[in-house]
Amino acid sequence: MNARTLSTFFYRRPTFYLLLLLAPPLLWLGTAYLGTLFALLTQSIYSIDEFTAQIVRTPTLATYRQLFTQPANLDIVLRTLTMAICVTIAAAFIAFPIANYMVRYASPATRAAFYVAILVPMWASYLVKVYAWRLILAKEGILNWMFEAAGAEGVLAAILQIPGIGGPSLASSYIGMFIVFVYMWLPYMILPIAAALERVPASLLQASADLGARPRQTLRSVVLPLVTPGLAAGSVFTFSLTLGDYIIPSIVGAPGYFIGMMVYQQQGTAGNIPLAAAFSVVPIVLIGVYLALVKRLGAFDAM
Amino acid sequence: MAPAVEFRSVARTFGTVRAVDGVSLSVEPGEFFAMLGPSGSGKTTCLRLIAGFELPDEGHVLLDGRDVSSVPPYERNVNTVFQDYALFPHMTVLENVAYGPRMRGVKSDDRTAAAREMLNLVKLHGFEDRRPAQLSGGQKQRVALARALINHPKVLLLDEPLGALDLKLREEMQIELRSLQRRIGITFIYVTHDQGEALSMSDRVAVFNAGRIEQMASARELYTKPRTTFVARFVGGANVAEGEVAARLAGSPQPFAIRAESVHVLAPGEPVAPGLVSAEGTVLDVQFHGATSRWQVRLDAGDVFSATRGTGDSSNVPSAAGERVRLAWPRASMVMLEA
Repeated sequence: MNARTLSTFFYRRPTFYLLLLLAPPLLWLGTAYLGTLFALLTQSIYSIDEFTAQIVRTPTLATYRQLFTQPANLDIVLRTLTMAICVTIAAAFIAFPIANYMVRYASPATRAAFYVAILVPMWASYLVKVYAWRLILAKEGILNWMFEAAGAEGVLAAILQIPGIGGPSLASSYIGMFIVFVYMWLPYMILPIAAALERVPASLLQASADLGARPRQTLRSVVLPLVTPGLAAGSVFTFSLTLGDYIIPSIVGAPGYFIGMMVYQQQGTAGNIPLAAAFSVVPIVLIGVYLALVKRLGAFDAM
Repeated sequence: MAPAVEFRSVARTFGTVRAVDGVSLSVEPGEFFAMLGPSGSGKTTCLRLIAGFELPDEGHVLLDGRDVSSVPPYERNVNTVFQDYALFPHMTVLENVAYGPRMRGVKSDDRTAAAREMLNLVKLHGFEDRRPAQLSGGQKQRVALARALINHPKVLLLDEPLGALDLKLREEMQIELRSLQRRIGITFIYVTHDQGEALSMSDRVAVFNAGRIEQMASARELYTKPRTTFVARFVGGANVAEGEVAARLAGSPQPFAIRAESVHVLAPGEPVAPGLVSAEGTVLDVQFHGATSRWQVRLDAGDVFSATRGTGDSSNVPSAAGERVRLAWPRASMVMLEA
């Protein structure tokens, strides 16, 4: 069979050809992504023998029961979820004006500068940035110094005294952790919102104003509904990244555990793979619920 | 009664370009007024100045006698039909049409009733629950029209509204828009680069060139008495000769225009009646248009002139490319233009 008949053979059987081309990536996706995910989910319905610390490979809901009945574990889930929600909301509020300015008002050169400013920090090492923030937020750090220089150390002290989220210093409080989370994931919120805004033609905004809508009405009735898919995409990033992160909570912030830290510890030091697996199912379920909620609100209707 | 729209020496500059360069005009209430010009001539910027999307750098814009030079769009009693229609993709047809009243706080039932009435007016009954993406170009056009008219604007601005439609639909919509305007009596300001459209629809036309108005007159006057070489060429597609060529053809360097249908095509050397100006040249091409044919002739004097002849009375005239012909036209048909 020469090359010509071979190409004719494929041309006449497009489905077979397509399958042949898609087989390697599909295999990769199937085994490396879905396969491991399935393996993970399987682990979570196993349990661990209290005495031998061996994994008992019989299906049981005991691990999940342990996850949801022990108050400490439930606390971790709630703490992580609250943080993820707060970070997502804050990131959205900070990202929208920036994205809107970039897309609607900035000159091409300024817009390019904004993209660089947003992307370049993403190339820097994650750990370096977290440790840098630890120094910034420390009691001897620059932020503290700035409050003092401005004669506003009372304000900072008052903030740190807020029960629950305060602490001895910003670096060892949930407020500090929150700041670092928002800093880390902000680009992931700005970029999808900017992309969504770029798809809204300027004539729609003019039409809205032309029909008598004040800027605030245009924002609510035209811009926000059309940008919601971008907002949803960005919030899935910030939400899931916060739910899964274990480095930021272990370097900055109060000593309370987060889901990611728990997974890390259970599968590492504690050797309780089933509980680690059960913990990592939580973010998956939460994001699933979140997506369903966003879809119900009609976020993807305009797509 | 104050003019519906008035410009007093309005200028708008973008960077170093004076897009609108000292334009004064006034549009009477109930008038169908066209702004005609090639792209970049400033006509669309003028429309945007009326809508309020642009503010003038110099001069004043008045609506109904009130100076609105620095009033935002949402406080002006004018509405726009956009070139790309600018329908809100996330709303149904009915919601799109009811948008203006909703922004003004009209009650839900009232604005729905008004929107239905408007959709009937533009013959879109039954399309209330469709999304813009499910409509054809002509239907979107009608929704945009209904969405603007529901606000009872003093002036309706139309920015190349038929540009995206095919020829047949365009012609239908031209007639429909014209009769709609007569029926509701609102001032229409219509921006277009299509001179046929401007001439057939409007009471008056302003011809724009390089940010200025070259001539503002009725369609008939623009066609029969163009004032400048630009208007003669752009509006009428007339033959225009200026300077040396004009002097060689008609004996004076003052530019003149002669319509293609006033030019006779003769065999070379054929006698010319007195009172006719004539010139010899070489046929470049003859286009057959059914009832008429159009000769493109390069004159020995320099320019290319066209001549339109009825198909019946031109059978024995030279019509192959490269053949010599003589063109002749009555001196009385020549329109003398500003130098």
